[in-house]
Amino acid sequence: MAKKTIIVFSGEYDRLMAAFIIANGAAAMDDDVTMFFTFWGLSALRRTTPSGPPSKQKSGLQTAFSAMLPKSTEKAGLSKFNFGGAGRFMMKKVMKAENVMTVAELLATAREQGIKLIACTMSMDVLGISKEELIDDIEYAGVATYLGEADEANVNLFI
Amino acid sequence: MTASVEELKSIASPVVVDARGVSCPGPILAAKKQIGGVAVGNVMEVLATDSGTLKDIPAWCRKMGHDFLGSFEEAGSIHLFLRKSK
Repeated sequence: MAKKTIIVFSGEYDRLMAAFIIANGAAAMDDDVTMFFTFWGLSALRRTTPSGPPSKQKSGLQTAFSAMLPKSTEKAGLSKFNFGGAGRFMMKKVMKAENVMTVAELLATAREQGIKLIACTMSMDVLGISKEELIDDIEYAGVATYLGEADEANVNLFI
Repeated sequence: MTASVEELKSIASPVVVDARGVSCPGPILAAKKQIGGVAVGNVMEVLATDSGTLKDIPAWCRKMGHDFLGSFEEAGSIHLFLRKSK
């Protein structure tokens, strides 16, 4: 069994689609897949409402950062032609007509397929995101964990 | 080497996976989901409309170690056949 690692740095809808399609495709081909979410990519793991009060005190800037980040994958903008969200709306309309899976559906499938999701704790601190604001059943780690996983992988992507 | 359309059509009661209407990566996700229920040596038929499956299902078979038997298109649907080999 081969292994693939994907660093999800970007939070735009189209880039998240690419990352999750590759991850799900690899898992469907019996590969072990680890996705490491850092910086803007963390917004893909956010839940709409926190599971509780933040376990870590946030500064004013951290509060501002976390408030500005999308709270659902379906709210993420496009990397091109976003036009303040109108572009995303139109793309999702076409996707629905063409039966293309949304990022939310791809994330759910990734979890069903046992893809390992890791949140970067350093960028969580920088962006003021607490564990309570992220979905359940994910792991928390840093660069050494990612590098350790990448050592075992034959494909490594930075998206 | 792939089988002819007549040979593919003559395969008796394959397990059918209907992935028509879904786009990439839907068809391989569907194939992966259903292959567990197929006995080794038996044939699975994947129905699809996404033209990418013509390349993707053979690639999935190579990776998974199954024998890709061939495909044909009929009435807007792509029929792909594979034999589970492990």
